[in-house]
Amino acid sequence: MAEGDVLIATHVLDYPYSRSVGPVIGAFLTGLRDGRIVGARTPSGGVVVPPTEYDPQTGEDVGEIVEVGPAGTVESWAWVTTPGPKQPLDHPFAYALIRLDGATTSMLHVVDTGSPDALATGARVAPRWKPAADRIGHVLDIEAFVLEGGTGGAGTGGAGTGGAGTGGAGTGSTTGGAS
Amino acid sequence: MLDTPIHLEYTFTPGIAQSRFLRGLAEGRFVGQRCPVCGKVYIPSRGSCPVDGVPTGEDVALSDTGIVTTYCVVNVPFAGQAIEIPYIAAQVLLDGANISFMGLIQGIPATDVRMGMRVQAVWVEPDELGPTLASVKYFTPTGEPDAPYETFEEYL
Repeated sequence: MAEGDVLIATHVLDYPYSRSVGPVIGAFLTGLRDGRIVGARTPSGGVVVPPTEYDPQTGEDVGEIVEVGPAGTVESWAWVTTPGPKQPLDHPFAYALIRLDGATTSMLHVVDTGSPDALATGARVAPRWKPAADRIGHVLDIEAFVLEGGTGGAGTGGAGTGGAGTGGAGTGSTTGGAS
Repeated sequence: MLDTPIHLEYTFTPGIAQSRFLRGLAEGRFVGQRCPVCGKVYIPSRGSCPVDGVPTGEDVALSDTGIVTTYCVVNVPFAGQAIEIPYIAAQVLLDGANISFMGLIQGIPATDVRMGMRVQAVWVEPDELGPTLASVKYFTPTGEPDAPYETFEEYL
């Protein structure tokens, strides 16, 4: 049968969800809007970032909200060689697990170094915030983390070849509690 | 509060067999397909016989008359409802088909619908026909005597 005999149509589904994020994740997102990163102190002695409402170790309610970072250390990362249209940057970048200073857990976020050669596990990174007027209380109010003290330029350098990057590992999932 | 809109955009193709069914609707007729092994006629055909596992290559033009095998009187309003309640969603078994499909019954009070009732499709105006089930406005009673239960019990 000729290909033209088979029908094709576009089908669109839109779900206009609004969600309540609760007091703990709400504090995290509100902090981001204000240019601060906060976590939750747990009864077992940790600081969970992004905060959860319950201690991941014991299930007890978490305690006070505490500010962390904003800088931290890259614990693990995967280089995205060809970002898709819905990924946070339009040029190659890394998804990384970042342990913010003062936190006992690591947070998934974006690291923008231009090239995988510039990034290594153990690297010190700091957030590059969106302008305050553009921040809405979303995990991408931090555009990306960049090398601490470095230029960390968006779009500096090419995709980079070789290096330690495990290319194309990006999952397209968003990070933290805002997804 | 956080807005988390979800937008899903699909490119949908019904495949070869259902494309024939839908193109038939655009011409104001029902097109099914026959299994070469068991001889059953499926509408809309999925392109293969679920019993014998073989392709159903032979197109069969079916009548637009049939019977109501079973039905539901819808009395509950819900978001997006396009039809005034009460209305009747029925399984319609077209003459010559071996499987029923869902259709709307109009032209009769909801309390008068019966299993086995003879019905006929009412099509939209010819210039409104398209490759969609919306080409069938509804089914309406023909006034013929009801089909005996034994003639459709295997389709329930």
